[in-house]
Amino acid sequence: MSGRIILVGDDIDTDQLAPGAYMKGGIEALAAHCLEGVRPGFAQEVTPGDVLVAGRNFGVGSSREQAAEALKHLGLAGVVALSFAGIFYRNAINLGLPVLTAPDLSAVTDGAAARLDVAAARLELASDGAAIALDPLPDNLQVLLADGGLVPHLKKRFAKERNKEQGQCAEHRP
Amino acid sequence: MTETSASPRPTTLAQKIIARASARDHVTPGEIVTARVDLAMIHDSGGPRRVEPILQDLGVGLFDASKVVLISDHFVPGDTDEGARILELTRQWAKERKVAFHDGEGICHVVLPERGHLLPGMLVVGGDSHSPTGGAFGAYMFGVGATEMAGVLATGEIWLKVPETILLEWRGQLSAGVTAKDMMLALCGRLGMDGGKYQAVEYAGEAITALSMQERMTLSNMAAELGGQAGLIAPDATTAAFLEKAGANMGARASWSGLATDAGAPVQEHHVFDASALAPQVAAPHSPANSAPVTEAPETPVDVAYIGACTGAKYEDLRNAADILRGRRLGKGVELLVAPASKRDQDRAAADGIMAVFEAAGARILPNACGICAGYGADRLGEDVTCISSTARNFKGRMGAASSKVWLGSPLTVAASAIAGKIADPRDFLPDEGERS
Ligand code: SF4
Repeated sequence: MSGRIILVGDDIDTDQLAPGAYMKGGIEALAAHCLEGVRPGFAQEVTPGDVLVAGRNFGVGSSREQAAEALKHLGLAGVVALSFAGIFYRNAINLGLPVLTAPDLSAVTDGAAARLDVAAARLELASDGAAIALDPLPDNLQVLLADGGLVPHLKKRFAKERNKEQGQCAEHRP
Repeated sequence: MTETSASPRPTTLAQKIIARASARDHVTPGEIVTARVDLAMIHDSGGPRRVEPILQDLGVGLFDASKVVLISDHFVPGDTDEGARILELTRQWAKERKVAFHDGEGICHVVLPERGHLLPGMLVVGGDSHSPTGGAFGAYMFGVGATEMAGVLATGEIWLKVPETILLEWRGQLSAGVTAKDMMLALCGRLGMDGGKYQAVEYAGEAITALSMQERMTLSNMAAELGGQAGLIAPDATTAAFLEKAGANMGARASWSGLATDAGAPVQEHHVFDASALAPQVAAPHSPANSAPVTEAPETPVDVAYIGACTGAKYEDLRNAADILRGRRLGKGVELLVAPASKRDQDRAAADGIMAVFEAAGARILPNACGICAGYGADRLGEDVTCISSTARNFKGRMGAASSKVWLGSPLTVAASAIAGKIADPRDFLPDEGERS
């Protein structure tokens, strides 16, 4: 197991994830205060590979993507929730933070050893092989995540397009 | 076997717009498509300062500068060093990138349609969570973060999961003193902040048809609080009249025909509400879903009454609040702040004597900007302040100190509470017919 479960409740909003008062300080400062309103000491507690598990409507609120950026910055392997607010969900994928839903997360306990397997859409809970099946991501989102988010994905695409153009020019050269 | 191609299968308004934008004859809810964007709107906060570094990183320019609208509203009036610097950067970018720019003219969601940029049937992406406001005009408009917006500006494309439609039908007619804001607070309470399931919320029914464009905008705006991706209303004669006045390109009018959800189209949920039975609503701190009829609210003294935001300070919001305030003074110790949503709406309100009513009552008038709704500026709520506000959301700490408490209500309820010094029912302050503006 490479990480632990950190369990939070329903309706965690973007003002909790990226508190407005620290928005000016850059991602480092912002991440240090991530979720402190609902779980004091959260930022200090996270170690890379941990999995945040939440209830319904995670990330409700504004379109500020620092909400997802802060979680990624802290090194979380991803967020698993019963449901996500739409804009947060898109932002997380675009920044390369895995976000997955599951119909039932009642077997998850705070502090338990866990590993998130994004490609297999599984949350492994113990070394004896117990796992929770997550809803698989659509293909286009898997591609985005595998590329590391939208910006690296577009870079790849533009590079391909440029290569193609150059290739064509070469072919048409007299 | 012959396929009878008599009538096309019934589809929703959302399906029609997305099918056109993705160059498909038909799209099915749940499938993922790539759509061409007709318009992209950005503001000073999530716009140039965030997207330009990404565009630089990608090494590309705008997909089409004529399809990008930039509006400054979050950091207006730029009264801090940081705000002034961000506005300067925003202005510079507008010049360099040659996009339409509305600077200090009001809040983006109000300015965009007011200046004729929106048309029914468009697919529009906005760099702000209240972008569903554009749905009031029959455009499929939704909000995205800065990275995704940079992707849109670079490619002119965005992926979409074709949404299901959640139909919210309002029958009957609203009674005096009850508004679109009250409908939305009631919906947030009934369906919850995830009731929209990130699908297309669509408002319909005779009570919706009877609403003005600005009231419809309040409904679509708060589709964000319902967790919908979009908040649609089919375009009609009211839409056309508004857009014509706004100078929109009405040449496209012919293509609006049929822009509505067909009878028998597949809707995921269909809820029916009775507008006639609705009372003014207030939402207790710290969620719009904590709503109840104002008559059931506990006795709550207020320190600050705020009439502001894209949600609650458009011309009609101001007019409705002024009808309550006319000839009255603020309650003892109450501060009334009024931040008209756009310059144009404020000018119109001034010409109609509405701004004078606020001034006579003792209100302070703030810039045409997001102001404390976004948590910015000198008027941020202090420790332990209780505020009644015409804005859309009352999350903890959003408008100021974490200890401040924000109640949400319609502009009329805010005005009534400002007079009473405590949360009050606007129906106790309604003017007689002849006294309305
Ligand atoms: S007024 Fe408030 S809700 Fe509207 S765009 Fe500004 S910050 Fe957002």
